[in-house]
Amino acid sequence: MFVHLIGLILFFQSPNVVKDRVVPVYTYNEFKPLLHKKSDTVYVINFWATWCKPCIKELPHFDNLESHFAGKKVKVILVSLDFRENVKTQLVPFLDKKKIKSEVVVLDDPNANAWIENIDPDWSGAIPATIIYSKNKRDFFEKEFSEEELNKTVSNYLND
Amino acid sequence: MKVLKFTLFLSVIVLGALNIAFTSDEGYQVGDKVKDFSLKNIDGNMVALKDFKDAKGAIVVFTCNHCPYAKLYEQRIIDLNAKYASLGYPVVAINPNDPSIEPDDSFEEMVKRARDKNYTFPYLFDEKQTVYPEFGATRTPHTFVLSKVGDDFVVEYIGAIDDNTKDGAQATAKYVEDAITALSKGDKPAVTFTKAVGCGIKAKK
Repeated sequence: MFVHLIGLILFFQSPNVVKDRVVPVYTYNEFKPLLHKKSDTVYVINFWATWCKPCIKELPHFDNLESHFAGKKVKVILVSLDFRENVKTQLVPFLDKKKIKSEVVVLDDPNANAWIENIDPDWSGAIPATIIYSKNKRDFFEKEFSEEELNKTVSNYLND
Repeated sequence: MKVLKFTLFLSVIVLGALNIAFTSDEGYQVGDKVKDFSLKNIDGNMVALKDFKDAKGAIVVFTCNHCPYAKLYEQRIIDLNAKYASLGYPVVAINPNDPSIEPDDSFEEMVKRARDKNYTFPYLFDEKQTVYPEFGATRTPHTFVLSKVGDDFVVEYIGAIDDNTKDGAQATAKYVEDAITALSKGDKPAVTFTKAVGCGIKAKK
């Protein structure tokens, strides 16, 4: 009995324990306000998916932004295009394994033709893709970022 | 005489600049003639659009093995060929990816997939990665419906196969089918350009 108690305590000390991470799933109309927040913050919105290899490669660079710019107003939102059916089975385990700290939401809305255009008319729909916006500046990037390039790009927004 | 020469010189520069502004190097637009290609099929033979002598057009789909979006559309691509090849619009599938970046999209894997799923259409390998940039394909799947005008193939529709990636049965707009129905009647498609989420094409920078 005592051994079980020790075991239980040790188990909950372990950093690998999965606390129930909840990832909201949005239609485009529910998601859209995240692209138009009005504040002094620089928003970095990255579109990715667990099945997209180049997205996974650059994801840590995005996830490290808030700590890299600690003390500055930078907010990262990782927008997963994984399907809602795969959130519990694929997305959450992935996020836990990679210890992703940033806010994660899922955009699952079937009529992509309508919302791709609305997110940015230059976007072809390929991922990874990123929007960075602040009060005075907004840019869309259909490309992969290296860590150095991403940090440099974000700091340009802080200097504006 | 000097003034004339200068004016001519300036005109050439201005016209040249305008040409650069209007010439897109980002792929075909609807209405463009397609430059024919010759790519290796999974049976080892080379395939070109001109091989389809009796065709009224073609459904060129940039697709691949690995991409989940391409996999979701795989059966629909097979079904399109089943429905439209005999009506003069065969599917021509092209894998644009670099296998050194994505091993699942190697030629050997293409052969396996085509055999496992009984592909009835060519599944071509864009080995030098020169054809997909000519089309302006940016993701998989990415579909170009062509019509035959004389000896040329002309782009009539660019984009998604339908408006529901997850479930074709729930699609409210079947863009490729509608385009072919219109073309078969001698009309132009009502919708000529759409976008969809897909996997970026794998190419070295």
